[in-house]
Order: sequence, then structure tokens, then C-alpha cells
Amino acid sequence: MRQSIDRRDFLKLAGLGGVVFASGLAGGAKFAGAAQDDFYFVQLSDTHWGFNGPVVNPDAGGTLPKAVAAVNSLDFQPDFVVFTGDLTHTTDDPKERRRRLAEFRDIVKDLKNKNVRFMPGEHDAALDNGQAWKEFFGASYYSFDHKGVHFVAIDNVSDPAARIGEQQLAWLKSDLAKQAADGRIVVFTHRPLFDLYPQWDWATRDGAQAIELLMPHKNVTVFYGHIHQEHHQMTGHIAHHSAKSLIFPLPAPGSQPKRAPILWDPAQPYKGLGFRGVDAEVQKAEYEITEYPVKKA
Amino acid sequence: MKLERRRLLAAGIVTAAGVAFGAVALAQPKEKVIRVTARKWVFLPREIRLKKGVPVVLEFVTADVVMGFNAPDFNARADIIPGKVSRLRLVPDKTGTFVFLCDIFCGDGHEGMSGQIHVVA
Repeated sequence: MRQSIDRRDFLKLAGLGGVVFASGLAGGAKFAGAAQDDFYFVQLSDTHWGFNGPVVNPDAGGTLPKAVAAVNSLDFQPDFVVFTGDLTHTTDDPKERRRRLAEFRDIVKDLKNKNVRFMPGEHDAALDNGQAWKEFFGASYYSFDHKGVHFVAIDNVSDPAARIGEQQLAWLKSDLAKQAADGRIVVFTHRPLFDLYPQWDWATRDGAQAIELLMPHKNVTVFYGHIHQEHHQMTGHIAHHSAKSLIFPLPAPGSQPKRAPILWDPAQPYKGLGFRGVDAEVQKAEYEITEYPVKKA
Repeated sequence: MKLERRRLLAAGIVTAAGVAFGAVALAQPKEKVIRVTARKWVFLPREIRLKKGVPVVLEFVTADVVMGFNAPDFNARADIIPGKVSRLRLVPDKTGTFVFLCDIFCGDGHEGMSGQIHVVA
């Protein structure tokens, strides 16, 4: 508790205070769960290790190590770090895929915080149903509990058709059945679970089924990646927050005819890239998001 | 009623009516078929021109890997499977330019695999 309060005080003093998002029905009845410490975690996403495109990111080989250094230099270390997919950039060559995954793993070993959770993105997993990714990082969907919050990682990328699939949905149903209706639930996933902009493949084909399973739970917040920018949307009482990328930003949904990376601006290097800290205030089911740049200005 | 129908069948009257109906159907203009080839990583043609309210049948083929055709604005999609012809009937209900894309991750260039449907009045 103390560290979280100290960190929030620090954020305010440093002018870095984030935006507070309450998951849907928070603020009502007192949380029935045992008193829990507040905490914070860091989300990094879409690092696309192996990407090569100098006009898009001339520091493609340096951005991830810089992000790792930036996380290490945070004034307070998070309880854990999560990577929400597209750790590597896609390749048709299975050997090259494994080489990229190995290099990524070795770079992020430099994180001071050793409690790191990984998720696949379609670039990592769609061409071999997640086989190579699992060799390095284990199960592609799972859940865990941390200080009163139930975290669920949903894999909507190992199926190249962007389906969660019946087997995983059955697991999700069974996992959620063990949670209290007012339990604090945070979902990590790669693609948006809702139809954000299917014209750019920003959707999950059976994501509506996952949302239907989550709906009976009063306090659900989803953190995802895939779209390389911040985006905040509600589906009913469920809040969905996408994260920035660590390789290149993408334009706002439907803002131009084609989905194409926003080119590197030499006057503002690393613009649009970054990672976030999420302060979880468990009792209120509130999540304060603070965005951090790859490099301090 | 059943008996009456049987008598009619026996007399060949219903059958004759059916043939007549079939002839009418054949006389109607056939729906236009547009063949779309999907290959790594492009649709050919990339531009499809349609008329609002006029049905077409899109025929998809590929010699490569499993791909997908998705035109979200028309809620129309089909799997494209090597060695098979997939067919999708589409009746455009609005004018404008709309995106279609491959929605099955199919390789290095998958993310650029898209095209446009132009619908005129």
C-alpha cells in the first residue's frame, strides 16, 4: 500500500499523473474481497522485434532495449510487467521466427523486475498456431491472481482466423465461474475483443462470446495492444484500453484509406511510441493509466 | 387435398407447371460472376465495381495457402481454400467505396492484402 501511495504522490509532484479509469460499476457496494494492497504494473506492447523499415523506425534495433532501460529507471518498480503480444515481427521462416523470439527473450531478461508475463500477437503466433511462441514462453492463455485482482490472459491470435476458439472459451467460462460477481477482473489480450474497426482487421472474430462471458462480472477492465495507439472504449460496463506500440504508431481507426505505419519524424524521434504504468486501486476497481515515452524528452 | 395433388401429379399438370416455372427462371438474367484470385499477398482484381441492388456471385480461388475474404461493411466473408472454389453472393445495399481484406493471417505480406469495392447507383 505504502509504495503505491508514495508512487502516486510522486506522479503528482512530477506532473505525471495518469488518467483514472473506473471499471464499469465501481463505486457502489464495498468490495466483498479481503482488504488488499493497491499496486501497479507496467504494460508494454507490440515491440515487433525483427522489424526492418528505416523510414518507419530507423532505431528498430534500439527501441526495445531503450524501453527496457526506461522501465528499469522508473522511480518505483512495478509488481509485474506484461507484454501484450507482437513481441516479434512476423516472418515466414520458422528458424528466423525462433531467432527473433530468442533475441527478444534475451533483451527483456535485462528488466530489473523478474515477474514478467508474456502474451502472443498474431505476428508471433498465427503462422504456426503459436508453436514457436509456446516453446519460449509457455501457455498462450492463462489466469493468475495478484493482490485481490484476477488477471486473465486471452489468446486471440494463435488461430490465424483471429478466433479465441471453443476450447479456450470453455476454459474462460470455467475460470470466470470461480470469481465473485463483484470480483476485480483484468483481462489481457492482443486484439480488441470488440469490433473496433474490422476494415483494418481490428477485431476478434468470436470476441463477442468472450465479452458475453465477462458481462455478468461487475468490474472488468481489458488491456490490449494490436492497434499501436491508445484507445479507450466501453462495451456496456466493460472498459477496454489499448496500448501504444514500441516500434511504430498506426493512424486512428478509419482516419485514412489504408492502415499504414505513421512515418518516423526526425524532429520528434520515438513520437507515438511508449509504454504505460497502470495503478490498480483494488477497492474502488479504478485503474490509473500513466503513459511513458521510450526516451525522456 | 393430398388426393387432389396426387391426381394432378398423375396428370402431369404440376410437373408441367414446374417446368414452366423453371423456364421463367432460366429466362431471367443470370447473376454476374466475378472471379477473385487470392495469392500471396494480393487479391486480383483489387478493385471490384458493383451496382447497388444488383446481386453478384464472387468466386474465390487460391493456389497458395488458406486465406479469407472479408467485406465488413456488407457483413460478407468467405474462407478461400487451396484447390476449392468458394462462392459468396453479394447484393450491395449502399453506394460508396468499401474495403475488403484478407482476414486469415497468411504470411509476411498479409497486412497489406486488401482491396476496394466500388458500388454505384
